[in-house]
Amino acid sequence: MEERLFVSSSPHIRDENTIQKMMLDVVIALLPATLGALYYFRINGAKIILLSVLTAVASEAVFQKLRKQPITINDLSAVVTGLLLAFNIPASAPWWIPVLGAVFAIVVVKQFFGGIGHNFMNPALAARIMLMISYTGHMTSWVKPGADAVSTATPLSFVKGLTEVPGKAPKLFDMFMGNTGGCLGETSAILLILGGIYLVYRGIISIQVPAIYIATVAVFTLIFGQFDVYFMVYHLLAGGLMLGAIYMATDYASAPVTPKGRIIFALGCGILTSVFRLYGGYPEGVGFSILLMNIAAPLIEKYTSPRVFGEVR
Amino acid sequence: MKSLTFRGGIHPPGYKETTAHLEVEKAVEPSVVFIPLKQHAGAPCQPLVKVGDRVTVGERIGESDAFISALVHSSVSGTVKEITKIPDATGGEVQAVVIESDGLNEVHPSVKPAGGIESLKPEEIVAAVRNAGIVGMGGATFPTHVKITELKDKKVDNFILNGAECEPYLTADHRLMLENPEDIIYGLRAMMKAKNSKNGFIGIEDNKPDAIKAMKKAAEHYPNIKIVALHTKYPQGASDQLVYACIGKEVPAGGSSSDAGVVVHNVATAAQVAKVLKTGMPSIDRITTVAGNAIANPKNLLIKVGVPIKEVIEQCGGYSKTPGKIIMGGPMMGIAQYTDDVVITKGSSGLLIFDEEEAKIPEPEQCIRCGKCVEICPVNLQPLLISAYSLNNMMEHAEKYRAADCIECGSCSFICPSKRPLLQSIRVAKAAIAEKKRKQSN
Repeated sequence: MEERLFVSSSPHIRDENTIQKMMLDVVIALLPATLGALYYFRINGAKIILLSVLTAVASEAVFQKLRKQPITINDLSAVVTGLLLAFNIPASAPWWIPVLGAVFAIVVVKQFFGGIGHNFMNPALAARIMLMISYTGHMTSWVKPGADAVSTATPLSFVKGLTEVPGKAPKLFDMFMGNTGGCLGETSAILLILGGIYLVYRGIISIQVPAIYIATVAVFTLIFGQFDVYFMVYHLLAGGLMLGAIYMATDYASAPVTPKGRIIFALGCGILTSVFRLYGGYPEGVGFSILLMNIAAPLIEKYTSPRVFGEVR
Repeated sequence: MKSLTFRGGIHPPGYKETTAHLEVEKAVEPSVVFIPLKQHAGAPCQPLVKVGDRVTVGERIGESDAFISALVHSSVSGTVKEITKIPDATGGEVQAVVIESDGLNEVHPSVKPAGGIESLKPEEIVAAVRNAGIVGMGGATFPTHVKITELKDKKVDNFILNGAECEPYLTADHRLMLENPEDIIYGLRAMMKAKNSKNGFIGIEDNKPDAIKAMKKAAEHYPNIKIVALHTKYPQGASDQLVYACIGKEVPAGGSSSDAGVVVHNVATAAQVAKVLKTGMPSIDRITTVAGNAIANPKNLLIKVGVPIKEVIEQCGGYSKTPGKIIMGGPMMGIAQYTDDVVITKGSSGLLIFDEEEAKIPEPEQCIRCGKCVEICPVNLQPLLISAYSLNNMMEHAEKYRAADCIECGSCSFICPSKRPLLQSIRVAKAAIAEKKRKQSN
């Protein structure tokens, strides 16, 4: 019988958690916003979500097959990337926009750098920025929620360059619910927050990063808007802040792992977003901010090693 | 306000229900014992007996001149058959005295009570503990007399007993605290006198309210002994974490508990000290939890040192399923065995038998940098980075990230969703760093 004993280094028991279970939790958290997108943007929304997710999964499988690597689509991380990318695309975009974006996200940003855990940027966000710069027209032709695709402007474009919210701007309640112009999944603050609460509850993300990120933007816009709370709340609900703060800035691979590093990372995201929104050329700054902080993450991590228990510095 | 716990840590399933309610049973008398001459951290003993000698219970059969070493005694009366090498539960081989029992258990004349705490001088208590070959019974097996000798330059005011028993499955200390709390307090008082310590603490996880109650009752006449209910969290019983939870002091990294004016012993060690003072019987047996999903009847057994584990397993009804893994100690820090020829020693707190399913080593996937290992590391290391450096043979980087401060609790490997061998690779780095240090000092 002795030949059949396993001998291994301790510990001999492992937690039941797996990558797949964690990614499934993220998918579940994104479900309310997905349903919201389907409700607000109907068939156009469904088309973009499906194309984006399917392309993401397929391109991961094909790439790994070609490279003769184990195929890891079962871990559901490609589904998450596909879903997040779809959330970052306007409903009016042609079919090839999500397809191109998903291939770019998975193949270039994720697999070229070593696959899961090795992407130095958030893949979905990098794809959004790539599409935005390359196909600005398609990526900024916003439509009103509903099946008939009436074109409109995003909430952020109403306040661009202003320090107060103009009268013709969308109502806060509509922005909170998601009944406004914007990318598929970023419009409804309530549905995104709902998913975020689930992620925090399940221990997938810590509340720190989204809370600090959003709070930083709140402070900056409050000061910039001369303590106009309406202006501040408008900024918090507008654009991709909720989506970015809860689901993008918390991406494991591209954010620091150290507790202090995460605080600095979230602060940086908040400051950059405020600066881009209030002084930049584009109405929105969430995407650029997170990507810039992604690049800074290794450096931040390097200088924020926690004090070891009992260490005398 | 004391924290009663530490930062980080994990909550593994307890698996303690199967044995927590089982009273300690005396194991069957062995017919042959294989007593290792090294059951402790430190120098191995040399045999004092020859093949053919008759020995009695409690007779000294091995000793060493080294200060850090522990004497070895016979656990049966009978004849020395052989002095040979047997597999060591901590790896490799160890020299052992093989004694065939005559079944009489005749006690050696040297076994007589050392005396009461009040009548003994500190150095007499240390001598009695040394002569009894007592070691740390939580598993570290450091010779106890070394730790209770008062040092002039290091004042130790706080004396902590570890009753946390944070390892899953194990209930040996729990049973001891329920069944013999008086001896634990007695041993603690004796050791405190030896070390000239003022305050005693007994840290117990709050998943054992009955043990807390029993210990409180036993300690009620000793105002300087405090029973501390700790949060149930692994590794609550790790020495430095326990010190922090009990008295709120951090043991300096790379230093020992006494640098923080504190010393930590296991509750079972204290009970052993009481036993030698009261009866004179040296350390020749211990309580071991036998559990796991492939053992027929899990038990808490009082087993003599030197009994092969296969006899213990037989006594517990044998294997209920094909065994996949045999572990000496707990599931988090215990050592997997390649054979059931290893024997029970002074440090054997647990003997776990897993079936093949439970024993399977999971296939590691890529690190997703979720940071869970960083969140839970009780010493605030970054296991994912140290592990990556170790796997790429970049040991200077592993050293810079303080791999040497790892306490090997295994929480990082436990929590990792990618099932990466984090602790295993950190151990490799630690060994490389220690090797480098050795070379530099030569």
